[in-house]
Amino acid sequence: MKYQPVIGLEVHVQLKTDTKIFCGCSTQFGAEPNSQTCPVCLGLPGALPVLNKKVVEFAIKAGLSTNCSITPRSIFARKNYFYPDLPKGYQISQFEDPICQRGWLDIPVEGQENKRIGITRIHMEEDAGKLVHGELSGPGDGSGVDLNRACTPLLEVVSEPDLRSSDEAVIYLKQLHQIVTWLGICDGNMEEGSFRCDANVSVMPVGSDTLGTRAEIKNVNSFKFVKQAIEYEIQRQIDLIEDGGTIVQETRLFDPNSGTTRSMRSKEEAHDYRYFPDPDLVPLVISNEWVERSRQKLPELPGQRQQRFIDDLGLPRYDAEVLTASRALADYFEAGVAAGGNAKAVGNWIMGEITRALNDRGTSIETCPVTPVQLAQLLKLIDTGTISGKIAKTVFDEMWQSGKAPQTIVEEQGLLQVSDISAIESIINDIMAANAGQVEEYRGGKEKVFGFFVGQVMKASKGKANPTVVNELLLNKLKG
Amino acid sequence: MMMTVADVEYVARLARLELTAGEKELFAGQMDAILGYVEKLRGVDTDGIVPTSHAVPMENAFREDEVRPSIGLEKALANAPHVSGSFFAVPKVIE
Repeated sequence: MKYQPVIGLEVHVQLKTDTKIFCGCSTQFGAEPNSQTCPVCLGLPGALPVLNKKVVEFAIKAGLSTNCSITPRSIFARKNYFYPDLPKGYQISQFEDPICQRGWLDIPVEGQENKRIGITRIHMEEDAGKLVHGELSGPGDGSGVDLNRACTPLLEVVSEPDLRSSDEAVIYLKQLHQIVTWLGICDGNMEEGSFRCDANVSVMPVGSDTLGTRAEIKNVNSFKFVKQAIEYEIQRQIDLIEDGGTIVQETRLFDPNSGTTRSMRSKEEAHDYRYFPDPDLVPLVISNEWVERSRQKLPELPGQRQQRFIDDLGLPRYDAEVLTASRALADYFEAGVAAGGNAKAVGNWIMGEITRALNDRGTSIETCPVTPVQLAQLLKLIDTGTISGKIAKTVFDEMWQSGKAPQTIVEEQGLLQVSDISAIESIINDIMAANAGQVEEYRGGKEKVFGFFVGQVMKASKGKANPTVVNELLLNKLKG
Repeated sequence: MMMTVADVEYVARLARLELTAGEKELFAGQMDAILGYVEKLRGVDTDGIVPTSHAVPMENAFREDEVRPSIGLEKALANAPHVSGSFFAVPKVIE
């Protein structure tokens, strides 16, 4: 039998605020355990949580950027369960009336234009603390609790079960990741857990319209692992059904070392969270004016910017996608174009030399030593024939090292392109004289020797000869 | 509505309470009486009435995103039954 996988994702987005969601403790990563805590996030009796306004603003931004409706009146609820990393015995979250509802993202899918993936809801909640195992200096082999992360603001973005393959899941996830980092509301660091994903996976016979029983996979903290975990889980469920077994609804943990998922018994019991409105937190009322103010302040989103690069700047879709990978990259590109660079050429240089140089040095576009204006100047030198494309790469390296303007480097190092016919002719004459054998070969019909001559001329001119002129002259001279 | 001992056991487990057989019987009866009392509300016509989530008519209490000093490690761990280094120490939690 053929099976159709059905996947829904729950993504936890850690918000890039300075303080926690309900208290003024710092959210700085990497501090000494439990040093960033107070009565609120320790869950001490009598402490009163007060909502961080920036969290609401970030949630509205995320909602508007994913086509959600913003709920005019939303409330916080207590989700009750016991776990050592949860000091209060409940997590403050939203249950009924989350802040954002009924949105969607359109993802590009092979063979189709776009596929619409529904977003059921986005709600605000606090993170739990962190448990560490086997790192304790004390007696026994217990676990340690660090509550620095407790009460850190999260958005949980819940998709509809609209995804049909691991690839679709990854595309959706990458798009969501791009949006929240683009908005500047999340640092997107998956290794540190700033963007993490749980996947609900089930399978059903192709053609069926009854969803199968789903398993929830936790702990998938990279795009690669999401793909791996979902694929493993799909196959596990199919094998189980084919062998006559039944899928049980359960929470499973992905193990990156083995690439498999396994049942998490600890989370199985008591999925009865007894949600109720948190009396400590008053309702959140968001007026239309507030929503509209936020909408006005939204940046142009990656999808819109891609389309503009295609429509207004004539970029191919692929280039537009690469150049909008991050907001900083897109800004760099646009600054280069604004400084007079040809859009396609600026794009090519960013995707080529600049990306290569950034990767080699393990740095990012934000700290690129070559400014977009300098890049545009360099391109102008190529366009006007002042330097050759080959020499431009040398100049670029020098710009990277010294931060000097390209014009200055060209002048200082005598890198001007040689287009002077007599100068190039004299080089060609010398080379033909020194390689009489190859000249004979060429004249005897072996035309690929031409490349050899071009190479020799460029070498003799230290790359400065204008290639167009070289080609023209060589053709003439070799004809004899 | 009839609260059974099984219902009491279920709620007790969620609340991590250990009850004797006698207590289970006793609480089943008491909870039944409470729920029966609240049951009267079902007789009230609540069509068109927004559920009350809060008793106090107040909304939008915010704080700005400004860091305030934490209480410090020593105070944070002061009441912990067990401490290991800078951590609260708990029995091993197995995933």
